[in-house]
Amino acid sequence: MRNAFSESLVAQADRTDFVFLTGDLGYKALEPLREALGPRFINAGVAEQNMVSVSAGLARNGLRPWAYSIAPFIYARPFEQIRNDVCLHALPVVLVGNGGGYGYGVMGATHHALEDYGVLLTLPNMRVFVPAFDADVPEVVTLLFDADGPRYLRLGLGEEPRGWKPPPFAPWRKLMAGQGATIVAVGPLAGSLWSPLSELPVETRPNLWCLSSLPLEALPDEIKNDLRPGAFLCVVEEHVAQGGVGGMLAARLLEMGCALGRFVHRSALGYPSGRYGSQKFHRRESGLDPKSIIALLKESREAP
Amino acid sequence: MTTANVDNDEAPSARRARARRRLLQMHFESGVGHLGPNLSALDVILALYHDVMRPGDQFVLSKGHAAGALYVALWTLGRLDDDDLTQFHGEGTLLSGHPPASGIDDILFATGSLGHGLGLASGLALAKRLRGEPGRVFCLTSDGEWNEGSTWESLIFARHQRLTNLSLIIDMNGLQGFGTTQEVADLSPLAEKPRAFGLETIEIDGHDPQAIARALNAEAGSGPRCVVAQTRKGRGVSFMEGRLEWHYLPMTPAQYEQALGEVGAT
Repeated sequence: MRNAFSESLVAQADRTDFVFLTGDLGYKALEPLREALGPRFINAGVAEQNMVSVSAGLARNGLRPWAYSIAPFIYARPFEQIRNDVCLHALPVVLVGNGGGYGYGVMGATHHALEDYGVLLTLPNMRVFVPAFDADVPEVVTLLFDADGPRYLRLGLGEEPRGWKPPPFAPWRKLMAGQGATIVAVGPLAGSLWSPLSELPVETRPNLWCLSSLPLEALPDEIKNDLRPGAFLCVVEEHVAQGGVGGMLAARLLEMGCALGRFVHRSALGYPSGRYGSQKFHRRESGLDPKSIIALLKESREAP
Repeated sequence: MTTANVDNDEAPSARRARARRRLLQMHFESGVGHLGPNLSALDVILALYHDVMRPGDQFVLSKGHAAGALYVALWTLGRLDDDDLTQFHGEGTLLSGHPPASGIDDILFATGSLGHGLGLASGLALAKRLRGEPGRVFCLTSDGEWNEGSTWESLIFARHQRLTNLSLIIDMNGLQGFGTTQEVADLSPLAEKPRAFGLETIEIDGHDPQAIARALNAEAGSGPRCVVAQTRKGRGVSFMEGRLEWHYLPMTPAQYEQALGEVGAT
């Protein structure tokens, strides 16, 4: 997704208000953008707190800065600068976190971002985008340039199933219609589930929804139909439970008087075994992988 | 806003005395402390607004706990009035203890957590350069604020970017939250630090308006410039000068009367 991101930004390089700042990252991805932007591409060095304050100053004087780093370094290290300098003033700064969730895999826990959007959504004026597919990125980039306040873009690995074209970007997208449970997956996880779930017999196949924009906007009518009384809803996200979509969606459904039959929240559990591995390894440990989800669906059908 | 407080022909010394009295009055009436760091910074802020800044220039008060001095400086320009100052620290006020995020055009950022201002000012200055706009940016930090790592990040950035339109002013009053700067985290001689990072650095008397204006109006060098303003915490009030407790304490009526008498004669 990082290359799609770079290409989408290169396409916007003629905007004279566009400034891109990186925390000394972008090797073999952002070189074309650096070339295209010239002096408006700023390597701010390994100094994320300053990078965010500088971004606020740039935005205050009419520019549209994008500040980029590995996800944990763009939201956790400079949190107070995001809160005070950017969000309190509702400035249109785009924070870009590459490798959301367990994206950096075996690089280890310091490079994972398991609580990024939950933390950031506590701040005033903040909105978050979690694109699911590479094809989403140009549309999301356009939306971010039109933003009237701070935004966080969580980039991951686009997991577009082979031979299948996802629907155009939207906050909510129904990727699969089924007759069983309803699954809401956040961002790229939805793509990782599509192929294995599509192979299930139609009568056990779930409805699969992909959510890519937070906080929650109005729920589409179609998902309200899927969540009729007694329905089984499973929320799947590569993010800790606290501050995650599971809690947000459960609260919204309660407010709407939706009487689910069963609700399961599959979230990032951290490091249950104390061992490290690929993104897929960590997803398996947290029960976010297709096999675990299919087992959950089976168990739910067989439960009394 | 009324312009009743504005006197364009006023001598700097008279303006300073008037501003100090108004600052004392505002803090006394609201029962608020923080007078020490406000009095150390007031002369720099007054000189900035009256003798240095021109339309298009911008100021960031990184030491947000000197908000009172900033409000009073804006009052001397007629951009805040007595009614505004009367509400300082009150319920429903715009004039919070540290600068507000919105509502006062001259205040660009809510500051108060130390270590933010120099990065913000660097962004403002960089934006001016990228947009090809004139105008200078001034940032006032405290000396204790140099304990903050983010301030050093910003110093490196500002110098690396050669922000010739940026001036950094350090209010060297020598006292911070719970001790002297030498006791807490000794960086002396602090002026040597920005110099070592490549900034053109000069040390001045931070209570001398002419010296402040001369330093900040000088021709831009290779950028940015650093002006180390030697100041006294609680400047102008004998029982406050150089005393840690006036970082915090409000005045009693007797202390207020004494302070008013002293600053009026300064």
